[in-house]
Amino acid sequence: MSVLNTSRGDTTRGAGRSAARTPGPRENFSAWANRHRKWLFAAPAMIFVGVLIIFPLAWTLYLSLTDSQGSVRAASEFIGLENYVTVLSDVERFWPAVGRTLSFTGVALVCEVVLGMGIALLLWRPFRGEKWVRVAILLPLVATPVAVGMMWRLIFDPNIGFVNQLLGMIGIPPQPWLSGQDTALGTTIFMDIWQWTPMVVLILLAGLTSLSEEPDEAARMDGANAAQRFFFITLPLMMPTVIVAILLRGIDALKTFDILYATKGKGGGSFHEVETLNVYAYGLSFDYNQYGLSSAVLILFFMIIIGTMWLLTMRKKAVSK
Amino acid sequence: MKRRSIVKYAAVAAALSLGLTACGGGGGDAKAAGTVRVTLANHVWTEGIKAAIPEFEKASGLKVELTQLGEDQLSDQYNVKLNAGSDEIDVMMYRPLQEGKAFAKNGYLADLTSKVSSDANWDWKDYQEGPVKATTVDGKVVGVPIITEREVLYYRKDLLQAAGVQVPKTMDELEAAAKKIAASNPDTAGFVARTGKSAAVTQFSSFLYSFGGDFTDASGKSAVGSDAAKKAYSFYGGLIKNYGPKNVSTDMSWPEAMAIFTQGKAAFYTEADSLYKNATDPAKSKVADKVGFAQLPAGPAGSKPYNIPSWGLAVNQASSNQDNAWKFIQWATSKERTLAAQKAGVPGPRASVWADPAGTSTYPKDLAEAIAASAKAGVGHDRPEVVTVGKAREIVGAPIVATITGGDASAAADTANDAFQKFLDSEKK
Repeated sequence: MSVLNTSRGDTTRGAGRSAARTPGPRENFSAWANRHRKWLFAAPAMIFVGVLIIFPLAWTLYLSLTDSQGSVRAASEFIGLENYVTVLSDVERFWPAVGRTLSFTGVALVCEVVLGMGIALLLWRPFRGEKWVRVAILLPLVATPVAVGMMWRLIFDPNIGFVNQLLGMIGIPPQPWLSGQDTALGTTIFMDIWQWTPMVVLILLAGLTSLSEEPDEAARMDGANAAQRFFFITLPLMMPTVIVAILLRGIDALKTFDILYATKGKGGGSFHEVETLNVYAYGLSFDYNQYGLSSAVLILFFMIIIGTMWLLTMRKKAVSK
Repeated sequence: MKRRSIVKYAAVAAALSLGLTACGGGGGDAKAAGTVRVTLANHVWTEGIKAAIPEFEKASGLKVELTQLGEDQLSDQYNVKLNAGSDEIDVMMYRPLQEGKAFAKNGYLADLTSKVSSDANWDWKDYQEGPVKATTVDGKVVGVPIITEREVLYYRKDLLQAAGVQVPKTMDELEAAAKKIAASNPDTAGFVARTGKSAAVTQFSSFLYSFGGDFTDASGKSAVGSDAAKKAYSFYGGLIKNYGPKNVSTDMSWPEAMAIFTQGKAAFYTEADSLYKNATDPAKSKVADKVGFAQLPAGPAGSKPYNIPSWGLAVNQASSNQDNAWKFIQWATSKERTLAAQKAGVPGPRASVWADPAGTSTYPKDLAEAIAASAKAGVGHDRPEVVTVGKAREIVGAPIVATITGGDASAAADTANDAFQKFLDSEKK
C-alpha cells in the first residue's frame, strides 16, 4: 500500500509540473476532472451506495419474484407476484407481525418522545451537577442491545428475577413479564423505551438550546404560566426538532431486531408474541430457508417504512412553512 | 492551484482505493500455507479439541484456523457462507438431524464415503449404527458423528428420599412421584423440562415414542394426530402444567430448564445425557451432590428414549482444501481423541470406547447404566426427519405449548396434524 502511494504521489507532482509548461493529456484530464468535479467527488459515495444498498435491494426484489428456497444458488423459478399473494393473505403470521411492528413502534415512540421532552426540559436550564445527571441519563444508550436484552431477561425472569422479588415484598403476586403471552410485547416496549429515550432527550435538548429565549421571556412578561409557555411557545417552535426525533427514532424502532431476538429468540416466542416483521423475515430466511417468501416480506416492510417516513417528512415540511 | 489540487486529491483517492483492494486480497491463499479452517460450535467437546490442536499441528505440519460460535450464530454463519458458495470453511461442525438433510440437498457437504473406508486403523466400522445412519444421506457418507446423546431422567435423590418414593420406572410412577413431591414442597416443582415450542420437540420425542407414537407413520404421513401422540402431548404438557414451576415460561430451552433444576427448584428433569456435567459440577449446580440419573420411565410402549448423534464433522463441498480437512477430521475423531472427549463428559459414537471400562470411568455409575440401557432401546431420531427441520419443529411443537398453557391437547394435536401433513406435502414437491 505504501509503495503504491508513493508512486502515485510522484506522478501527481509530475503532472503539476508538466501542466505548468505545456498542455498535454494530463492537462486535459485535469480540465475534465475540474469540469466534472461534482461527479468525481461524489463518485466514491455513489459507488458505495450502489454496491451496498441498491444492488442488495434490487436482488431482494428479484428474489421476491422467484420461488427460491433451500439455497440461493439452487435453481429457482420466476413466479411473478405469487409470494406477495401468499404473504398478503397470511393472517397467521404476516398480519399479526405487521400489527406488532406498528404497535411496538407507535407505543414506544409516543412514550419516548413524551418522556424525552420532559427530561430535556428538566435538563434545559443549567443546574449544579448537570454533567453527572446527563452522563447517567445517557448510559442506556451506550449499552449493547443484546447485552441489554440479556440483562432485562434476568431482571424479568418469572421465578428468580429481581422485579418479581421486589413485587413480592409489597405483596403483589409474581407476573410472567417476558414469558407471558399477553405481557411479552409490552415488556419489550418498556425495554426499548428504557434504552432509547436518552437519544430522544439528546436530540430535543439540542433543539431546546438553540431556541431563542426572547419569545419565552415575552410570554412570561405577559403573564403566561409554565404550561401555556410550553404549549404555545416552546412546543410549536420545537416542532421541526420533534419531527426529526420521531423520524430518526421511528425508523429505528420499526426495524428493531436485537432486543426482541435476545429476549425471545427465533420466531418471537412460542406464540410468536413478539414477532415483528423483521423477526418474521429473519425466521423465514434463516430458519425456513424460504428466500423468495422472506424477500417479499422484506420488500413489503421496506414499503411500510418508506411510506411512514414520507408521511412524516410531509408533516415536517408543513410545520416548517 | 485549484486544478492541481483536484488532480492530486483524485490521485490520492485512487491510490488509496487500489491499496485497500491490495490489502483486502492478501491472505486469501491459505491452502498454500497448509492451513485448515475449522468452524466449531461452543461445546465441551470443542474445548477438549481446542486444547489438543497443537498436537495435531505438530504431527501434521498443518496450521489450524479455528472459528468458534454459539449454536444459532453457527447456523446463521453456515446459511450465509455456504449459500454464497464460500470456500472459507474447510471443516464444519454441524447437527446431522437438524441441518444434515438440507445441507446435503443443497450440495454443501462433500462426499466422504471413500475417505471413511480408506483407513482401517481409524475404523469406520467401530461407529454405532444410529449415528452412522444420521450422517449418511442417500447412501453417501457426508459426515462423521462426534457427539451422541440420549434422553435420561435427572432426579433429586434427597427429595425422593424425603418423600419416600422410589426412582420411577414407568410414566405413571413419574407422575405420581412428581405430584407427591410438588404437594409437600411448595417452593419446588415436581417436574421440569423444556417448554419452548421448537426447543421442547427433541425432549418430547422420547415421550412420544414411549407412548407408541412417532412424528410420521410407516408411509411417511403425519402421525402427530394419532391417539398415542395425543396421549403423549397431554402427558408431557400436563406434567409441566400441573407439577412444573409456577409461572412457567413457554420459551425454555435447556439452559433455562437446567437452571431451574440446578437451582434446586425441581425434583425431576428429563434432558439429554450429554448435558449432565451442568448438573453434577459444583461450580454450576447447587445440587451437584444430590443428582441421580435413570433411564427414561417406560410408557405404554416401553421406555424408548432417542439415541442420536447431536453433532458431526463434515467437509465443505466448496472447499479447495478437502484432503487436509479430512486429515483434521480423522485426527479429531480418532479412537484416542474420542476416548479423551468421553472421559471429559462428552458421550461419543464409537462402540469400542463404550466397551472400554476407561470410557465410562468418569461417569456417575447410575448415568453410565442409564446410557447403556438407552443406547439399546433407543430410537435414531429426536425430531421429524425432514429438510426444513426448523419449520417442522414449530408445527409439531405447538401442541406441547398449548397443553402447558392449559389448552386442549387433543384439539391442538389435530390442528398440528393437518399443518404437518401440509408441510410434508410441500416438501415432496
